Amino acid sequence: MAGNSKPRAVGKRGVGVRAGRAPRSRASRGVLVMVATRKGAWLYRSDAARKAWRTDGPHFLGHTVHHLMLDPRDGRTLLAAAKTGHLGPTVFRSTDLGRTWKEATRPPAFAKAPEGVAGRAVDHTFWLTPGHTDEPGVWYAGTSPQGLFRSEDGGETWAPFSYINEDPTYRKWMGTVQDGTPDGPKLHSIIVDPRDRTHLYFAMSGGGVHESTDGGRAWTPIVKGLEVVDGFDPAEVTFHDPHCVRLCPSNPDRLYQQNHCGIYRLDRPSDQWVRVGKAMPKRTGDIGFPMVVHPRDADTAWVFPMDGTSVWPRTSPEGMPAVYATTNAGKTWRRLDAGFPEKHAWWTVKRQAMTADAAAPVGLYVGTTSGELWASRDEGQRWACVARHMPEIYAVEAALLA
Amino acid sequence: MRVHVPSALRSYTQSSEAQASGTTLAAALEDLDRRYSGIRFRMVDEQDRIRPHIRIFVNGEQVRELSQPLNPSDEVIIVQALSGG
Repeated sequence: MAGNSKPRAVGKRGVGVRAGRAPRSRASRGVLVMVATRKGAWLYRSDAARKAWRTDGPHFLGHTVHHLMLDPRDGRTLLAAAKTGHLGPTVFRSTDLGRTWKEATRPPAFAKAPEGVAGRAVDHTFWLTPGHTDEPGVWYAGTSPQGLFRSEDGGETWAPFSYINEDPTYRKWMGTVQDGTPDGPKLHSIIVDPRDRTHLYFAMSGGGVHESTDGGRAWTPIVKGLEVVDGFDPAEVTFHDPHCVRLCPSNPDRLYQQNHCGIYRLDRPSDQWVRVGKAMPKRTGDIGFPMVVHPRDADTAWVFPMDGTSVWPRTSPEGMPAVYATTNAGKTWRRLDAGFPEKHAWWTVKRQAMTADAAAPVGLYVGTTSGELWASRDEGQRWACVARHMPEIYAVEAALLA
Repeated sequence: MRVHVPSALRSYTQSSEAQASGTTLAAALEDLDRRYSGIRFRMVDEQDRIRPHIRIFVNGEQVRELSQPLNPSDEVIIVQALSGG
């Protein structure tokens, strides 16, 4: 319940029970947390215990940085999706973990439209996904307005990927800028199946979730079971608003989704999403932006609910921030708020601003709209503020230091 | 011609003034991009539209089209316009 400030175990397998059995050596060199904000980017490096943090930044002060991502294939290449209030969007690239940066020579940009046709322009690159392990140097990017792009040289040059950017059906599903989120409609949640580099997913706000099994030559919407806002037709792909979709690394046939209309799980080969958020407490609801999955346990996932009632305040429900965890694939959810403010905290967490590391127990990281970075070293049982007074946080990513 | 560069773009030019040549604004900006790789796309989008918060003045007059003719003696001033808080 929203008013319950103490964690309450639900079901047989509490988060801490499983974590307590896990080996503790996985974060022995600490964690790198990458924080992208409305006015720059910061890197935080922890000690082995993930207790003490060292600040590195600001990088690109004054730039709106929508995503800052490490290439897990080399452990040292960082890409940052940036723009400023005045200047157009670009991508910066570092091959030395942020010590030096170089701009992409060809950032993501739509194809030039024929004479007389109003072509689209990328307002900002919103999402960055490293490619498959077998394809070093390959990255995918999602933009606002919705576009899908690919780089094959580590982010140095980008080109439109697949046909969807100019496809009439996809353009209809993407809608206009007026149909998107306040700072522009977005293509996000680009996912590469770790078993198969040609098996891809992406999602659009708005415009649904889509899958390709042939490396992007053909795409199919996967929206069955997803609800839409009252009065709209769920059969229309354009009305679907996935906020964040994640694939479970330990079971790539399972995806979780935080949607505008609830929390869902999908177990392939089924194409029917199941609204597991119905098991959330009614006072809290199952609306939110981020979705986080456990690196080794596909039954465990975390969300950060927000107030989606009446005019959609998009704040922590009742001003009481909390993470909710499931350890049974969404059958039950458990409130995890120890350490967070008990009341009068009206921030929330955007779709890219919550993540997990791969240590044992798993560390969780939350960046708030009020510019605070929070961390948990025990899978959400207790939370501590790592940094405050930053600009609004747009994205948080974490990686174990090699 | 002489091009005055706003603070937002000096990470490219390292200076408030740059030189560019071309008989149109489009050609001058392409020349500027050859000298300072990447600078053009920050000002002009992929549909060849000047970006919303960039203003360009030639000899004190605002120009809105890249086809604007230029002379070597013209002074081009690039301005970063209001863009929020």
